[in-house]
Amino acid sequence: MKHLLKNCMIIDPEVQNNGPVDILIVNETIEKIGAGIADLKMDNVIDMQGYIVAPGFIDMHVHLREPGFEHKETIESGTLAAANGGFTAVCCMPNTNPSIDDQSLVKWIIQKGKESNNGIVDVFPIGTITKAREGKELSLMMELADAGAVAFSDDGSSVQNSELLRRAMEYSSMSNKPIIQHAEDPFLGKGGAMNEGFESTRLGISPIPSITESSVIARDLIIAGYTNAAYHAAHISCRESVELIKNTKNKMQKISCEVTPHHFTLTDEAVRNFDTNTKMNPPLRTKDDIIALKEGLRDGIIDVIATDHAPHSFDEKEVEFLFAPFGIVGLETAIGLSITELVVTGYLTLMQLVEKFSVNPRKILHLPQVTIREGELANLTIISPETEWIVQVDKFKSQSKNSPFNNYKLKGKPIGIFNHGRIYLSS
Amino acid sequence: MSLENRHLLGLEGVSKNDIQLILDTAETFREVLERPIKKVPTLQGKTIVNLFFESSTRTRISFELAERRLSADVVNFSADMSSLKKGETLKDTARNIEAMKIDMVVMRHGAPGAALFLSKVINSVIINAGDGSHEHPTQALLDLYSIREKYNHIEGLNVCIVGDISHSRVALSNIHGLKTMGANIAVCGPATLIPRELDRLGVKIFNRIDEAIEWANVLNVLRIQLERQDKSFFPSLGEYRKYFAVTKDKIQKINKNITIMHPGPINRDVELSADLADGEHSIILQQVLNGVAVRMAVLYLLGTRS
Ligand SMILES: [Zn+2]
Repeated sequence: MKHLLKNCMIIDPEVQNNGPVDILIVNETIEKIGAGIADLKMDNVIDMQGYIVAPGFIDMHVHLREPGFEHKETIESGTLAAANGGFTAVCCMPNTNPSIDDQSLVKWIIQKGKESNNGIVDVFPIGTITKAREGKELSLMMELADAGAVAFSDDGSSVQNSELLRRAMEYSSMSNKPIIQHAEDPFLGKGGAMNEGFESTRLGISPIPSITESSVIARDLIIAGYTNAAYHAAHISCRESVELIKNTKNKMQKISCEVTPHHFTLTDEAVRNFDTNTKMNPPLRTKDDIIALKEGLRDGIIDVIATDHAPHSFDEKEVEFLFAPFGIVGLETAIGLSITELVVTGYLTLMQLVEKFSVNPRKILHLPQVTIREGELANLTIISPETEWIVQVDKFKSQSKNSPFNNYKLKGKPIGIFNHGRIYLSS
Repeated sequence: MSLENRHLLGLEGVSKNDIQLILDTAETFREVLERPIKKVPTLQGKTIVNLFFESSTRTRISFELAERRLSADVVNFSADMSSLKKGETLKDTARNIEAMKIDMVVMRHGAPGAALFLSKVINSVIINAGDGSHEHPTQALLDLYSIREKYNHIEGLNVCIVGDISHSRVALSNIHGLKTMGANIAVCGPATLIPRELDRLGVKIFNRIDEAIEWANVLNVLRIQLERQDKSFFPSLGEYRKYFAVTKDKIQKINKNITIMHPGPINRDVELSADLADGEHSIILQQVLNGVAVRMAVLYLLGTRS
């Protein structure tokens, strides 16, 4: 198969941008990059005028829900959502049933990923830190890593026991895989459902203060410094967390963190109509937190944008706010929200956006970098940064539609992906 | 005259005109309640369901009495909150009841926003009889009515709500209603039981009961939930009583003209001394009577709204 992508604007930190070029891909490999490649004898010619082509995006925080919760999402539907959202790879969190604390399950998920949608989206499982995510005993981290787990996390729960966390950091360093912490104090904000502040006071909803997250991050950073561990804070949501990480990052190179598009887009004011699609954990915070998160991205304190894609069925969310499960889907709005909120507003250049979505997560996970050069495997995300579009959740490829962004007008749209010799065009 | 909204979900956003209309209408029903035959045919043929997911005997009886005095057909449905988590959802429960052709639902529910949720999933007129620690509009309306009855006006009065503000279903509705009607509002309680940034609602905050008593024309004393003790909001009932209880000697020392209200049921000699509850400062029993009149007014205005 010969694919010719014409007039591509390559945005890749490893590649000098000399204006639009054509990219010739033969089967899986980039054969030639240059101006005016003749489109003779091509199987597929696509004009990319106005689009950028970047090293494939990876979402390092996704809940694919399989096994155990196939009524919310499957590996098949989740990877299709990823492709439609412009991602060539996802890392799936282990809070499945059973949880991913066993090497056979790691292998099974990787295999299932290869069989889903012709394997166009790579699936990298994340193994648990503790057995069954119970926070009691270390999981079989070495075996999990050997089977293909790219990181360890008890996401959904925080590792509470400081001794266990310390040992997890020490033990995981042997396999060179980071610990990804969902930072949440089990007592602060227990039973809460939204950010603590004026809005929770007004709505009478029991609150989750920002210190629920930041106090755990503070402790974790101290332990990570002591053990010299690779520590990654998942979905940070508040100013204190950004500042804590800022203050330690120059001393500790193996510290990293991520933010979700919803945390830098929406404030807790979005909860006012008790829409259960504004309920997530950590919760939506305040305007001031959003500024800190955006500045943190700009200043390189926050390394990664990840979605925390958390599908739930319609009926599960169609209940009283208090009873609704936490989480929203994110794969199919991530690029649009990021360009609208970060690039259009001048916080990030497109190049920096590519770093947050492609380069940095691979660095943190020790995955081989993807670049757009002749001779390399073609692993590409194609984006139209100028296209304005309206989010319609019923068009999502994800099995679940639990997004607060229905009818949102966004600028910047995924056009498609190329991976393993196949192209997928977003709808 | 008719109300702007189809439902009564809360007092936040309800206009002064609407509150005035409800209070004025309640006054006419208050007269009905003084008659030997306390029944009017206003809601004849209407079916009202009292959907209570938390036991609140007083509120339910008050609503039921109001409904019957307006000649409505009344159905009571009580269930446990835990049944909602396990069994049938609120949406299914409500839709099943609505399928039997009803007109209005009065709901008490433990979850904030439950009344709004209900209004989105069924077509009946909804009256919120308390949704968690969010709103309890008819309680606030009867409080407003009772204040107006006592002072002939609400505007400019200093009203202080005392106790567990964080977990109260009464406080927010009172704050919104009092604010709309032009009163000055304060709260008083342990710092652990005053929700964050409450001052942004235009509320003054006292941590000393003496200061609150001195400032206020009206004290609305909330029931302190004995069962909350396990969550370490305050060390003991004894200490609470010592520092926050409203007692007769404090009133007599500091502010003899104060009016005492309480939404009930009272923990006598815990948040409020018994002699004060039964004494000349108290309008607690008037509140109970006014509650029926105010609920009749709300049911009437919403039930006959075109
Ligand atoms: Zn998480």
